[in-house]
Amino acid sequence: MTVIDPSRIRVILATDCGSTTTKAILIQVVDGVYRQTHRGEAPTTVEAPFADVTVGVINAITEVQELSGRRLVDDAGGIIRPATQDEGCDIYISTSSAGGGLQMMVAGVVREMTAESAKRAALGAGAIVMDVIASNDKRKPHEQIQRIRELRPDIILISGGIDGGTTTHVVQIAELIAPAKPRPRFGATFTLPIIYAGNKDAAPLVKKALGDGYALTIVDNLRPVLEHENLGPARDAIHDLFLEHVMAHAPGYDRLMAWTDAPIMPTPGAVGDILQAIARRDGINVVGVDIGGATTDVFSVFDGTFNRTVSANLGMSYSIANVFAEAGMANVLRWVHMDMEERELRNRVKNKMIRPTTIPQTLEALVFEQAVAREALRLAYVQHKAFATTLKGVQQQRTVGDTFRQQVSGQTIVDNMKLDLLVASGGVLSHAPRMAQTAMMLVDAFEPEGFTRLGKDSIFMMPHLGVLAQVHPQASLEVFERDCLIYLGTCVAAKGQGKEGRPCFRYTLRTANGEKSGEMVVGSLRLLPLADGETATLAVVPEKGFDCGAGPGREIEREVRGGSVGLILDARGRPLVLPGDRTESTTRMAAWVRALGLYPGSMVKAS
Amino acid sequence: MGQSSWSLPWVDGEGLVSATATAYAPGLTVTAFTRHRVRRVLPISGEVRVAVGDLVGARDVVAQTFIPGDITPLNLSKLLSLPPEEVPGCMLKKEGEPVAAGDVLARTKGIFGRFKQDYVSTVSGTVESISGVTGLVIVRGAPLPVGVKAYLAGRVVEVLPGEGCVIDAPVALVQGIFGVGGEAFGTLKMACAEHDQELSADLITHDMSGCVVVGGARMTLQAIDRARSIGAVAIVSGGLDDADLEKFLGYNLGVAITGSEKLGITVIVTEGFGEIAMAKRTFSLLATHDRADVAVNGTTQIRAGVIRPEIVIPLDRDAIGGPQSEGAGSVLRIGTPVRVIRDPYFGVLGTVTALPAEPHILESGSRARVLEVTFESGQGVIIPRANVEIIEG
Repeated sequence: MTVIDPSRIRVILATDCGSTTTKAILIQVVDGVYRQTHRGEAPTTVEAPFADVTVGVINAITEVQELSGRRLVDDAGGIIRPATQDEGCDIYISTSSAGGGLQMMVAGVVREMTAESAKRAALGAGAIVMDVIASNDKRKPHEQIQRIRELRPDIILISGGIDGGTTTHVVQIAELIAPAKPRPRFGATFTLPIIYAGNKDAAPLVKKALGDGYALTIVDNLRPVLEHENLGPARDAIHDLFLEHVMAHAPGYDRLMAWTDAPIMPTPGAVGDILQAIARRDGINVVGVDIGGATTDVFSVFDGTFNRTVSANLGMSYSIANVFAEAGMANVLRWVHMDMEERELRNRVKNKMIRPTTIPQTLEALVFEQAVAREALRLAYVQHKAFATTLKGVQQQRTVGDTFRQQVSGQTIVDNMKLDLLVASGGVLSHAPRMAQTAMMLVDAFEPEGFTRLGKDSIFMMPHLGVLAQVHPQASLEVFERDCLIYLGTCVAAKGQGKEGRPCFRYTLRTANGEKSGEMVVGSLRLLPLADGETATLAVVPEKGFDCGAGPGREIEREVRGGSVGLILDARGRPLVLPGDRTESTTRMAAWVRALGLYPGSMVKAS
Repeated sequence: MGQSSWSLPWVDGEGLVSATATAYAPGLTVTAFTRHRVRRVLPISGEVRVAVGDLVGARDVVAQTFIPGDITPLNLSKLLSLPPEEVPGCMLKKEGEPVAAGDVLARTKGIFGRFKQDYVSTVSGTVESISGVTGLVIVRGAPLPVGVKAYLAGRVVEVLPGEGCVIDAPVALVQGIFGVGGEAFGTLKMACAEHDQELSADLITHDMSGCVVVGGARMTLQAIDRARSIGAVAIVSGGLDDADLEKFLGYNLGVAITGSEKLGITVIVTEGFGEIAMAKRTFSLLATHDRADVAVNGTTQIRAGVIRPEIVIPLDRDAIGGPQSEGAGSVLRIGTPVRVIRDPYFGVLGTVTALPAEPHILESGSRARVLEVTFESGQGVIIPRANVEIIEG
């Protein structure tokens, strides 16, 4: 890989090799700034009959070539570099989640401490964590061994113990893994890579326990002391092994790796990187979600701390029946404003599961699918909040003043009141016929509080930009701002509970065109027009018991930015409680649908 | 670019759903004649018991091996109240030595040669490892035999040394849309007279024991229970209610990855969930093979590299059929027979009568590429291309 001077890069080609589709984008300097100019896609070709990922990559790039009129692939099938006036690119980069992505098993001594840190390291690197083995996971050793035998991970990460602490437990973990001999996914000749990131004193003993049957990499302890996590070395090792072992065994990746100008990254790892870059640059707290057919990824950056979770069986096609099973019919139906028959709905969900590529044709089918999506997103966010916590097992230093605060270690760091930007991506959110539908799925599922901007990834470009951020941060951030993110608008929501119909907050919106004031009553939603690129000042005076960011009952004034939907005023309360009675919830939902004009024929004019 | 194997739409600005893919909608294979090949391999290397050219029956074992036995971890440090580092010195059986249940595996040194304590092994196997760090002793049980049956009655055309073989045979093949339960073998027996007749319990008779029972439309829970109780090996029909599936399985299935269930019967649905009749062609094909010896597999995996359940009906070895189906890769054209696979016309059959290039606005508000289908009733409707599948075979 050659080092390229970023200032000389004018044409960037990026691909993301997904499980089903390979997407290519072209980024060029237009009027002095980096812009995404063309895109193309083609089926991923990891599986038979092609069994070569580069076939799909070249197909996707060829589509970009045809659309842009810029020759990118030479007669020998290689990518033309460097760029000239009419052909080629300066750098080519790629991400990959083909073949099911990176699948890992992690192990640690204490489930809530080192094992959880190991899980955080694996997820942050973009892996799917198949299972977490810990000394206290309530399984008997033979059950743990049986489980390890059944799994077919790409990489195992072992952690455990603080540096200088006891070595016994972490060696025991290694002793369970060694005889279990988990078979790797890619053939019998593949030596399973294991990363050890535990108590440094135990490293030689772990090496001895594992024997010669594994490719062992030893890195710095990811929890050297209880009060501190050091995930970087383990994440780097995961990325390296992903390339050296996993990717190198996937069909065609040896060629693809030779083509790229930066290491290939796992797709979710790249998404995490770009969100962290945005949060860092703007000093904001961000939550991103990517809902797919099988899984839902949630990313968050709060006060600079990054977390990612994968809800492996919450998705909109392959896993739709699981969303239904976990959420229950009643929870799905509370988001539906029309009558639906239960038996038919159950069969409909299963029919979507067995024929996952179908799309809703009728309005009723769309409404139902978006109701299921709200539950998938809500459940994924619940899981994320439970995972994104302060370090557990850390001793708290308290003063007399802390006596009544009752704060313990392991509390979630996700705070919806501090959330500045909520970004959506993935089929059901991106394909929604109306942007307002996307916005409301986000608001209903994530329940943002106070002032929160809503956006969506226009064409799932975040993976490309994440890997680009490694080699050209400026280009990555410019494209993110200009072409990747579509701003839907801002949601202003009051935290608290009250009796329906009673005052919740008063507002005054000052725009370039004048001033508009009004009152929101508990249980209501309102959409105020504020176009993309417009800003306004919104002053909110909440009633006693309601908080919009300045504290209960305290006035707050903030600049708000518009978007393709506008300004959503949400006085339904937080946490959002919907009536249990089906008739009442249908009526309530119908009113909200009208307020936002979510579906054809449902719009009411904002007062 | 070749024919794309997907038809996922994308959004191009607000409400604009489009797709670049060439129209493509692979359907399930239902064919009276095809040459079918199956690859039968062991989970780990072992002995292949057949040679190229051999004729095998569906139930014949073609390869076998032994997988490493189960592991029993014994924490002798705790069991004998010893410091871990003393465990290796107390072992009466060393690494690699066999141990039988009832054998004394370890003995403490005692105090002044007295008060020695024994640990009597409760398991048989071989001592695999002894740890002086944790005091953990691992005993591995006897190897477990694993055999692979031929599944497809036919001729061995390739031997995969140490792994298994490839078997080839002329067959009639019916792919279902969803199943539970694994491989099973039996005599195909038609229980319904028509493709749209519900498969109810009263149609299951005692002479169907050991059979693959074929119905028409939806199968009831009572019919599945009855089939299992009389000893049928599999039950196949057009539809099934999700509520009945949940009651039968005992849990609400979340993800369509099945095949390992131990249910006592394999269940295959050919069309989908709900009140839906089996496609006439499928029903007729199965009816022509009434009383044939067949192999079925309910295994379903709806993920990349999809696996659908199947009913394999071996034909005479010298059978010569008509032209084989085009198989996966068929392309939608005017005149292509299709089945609608989503509401509001779920399950209805028709013929493609137009393939407009421009996206169409659906009732849901989405813009998507569509096609025009004329149903067998003569009614013409517009349907998203993603919502039909080609009737193959």
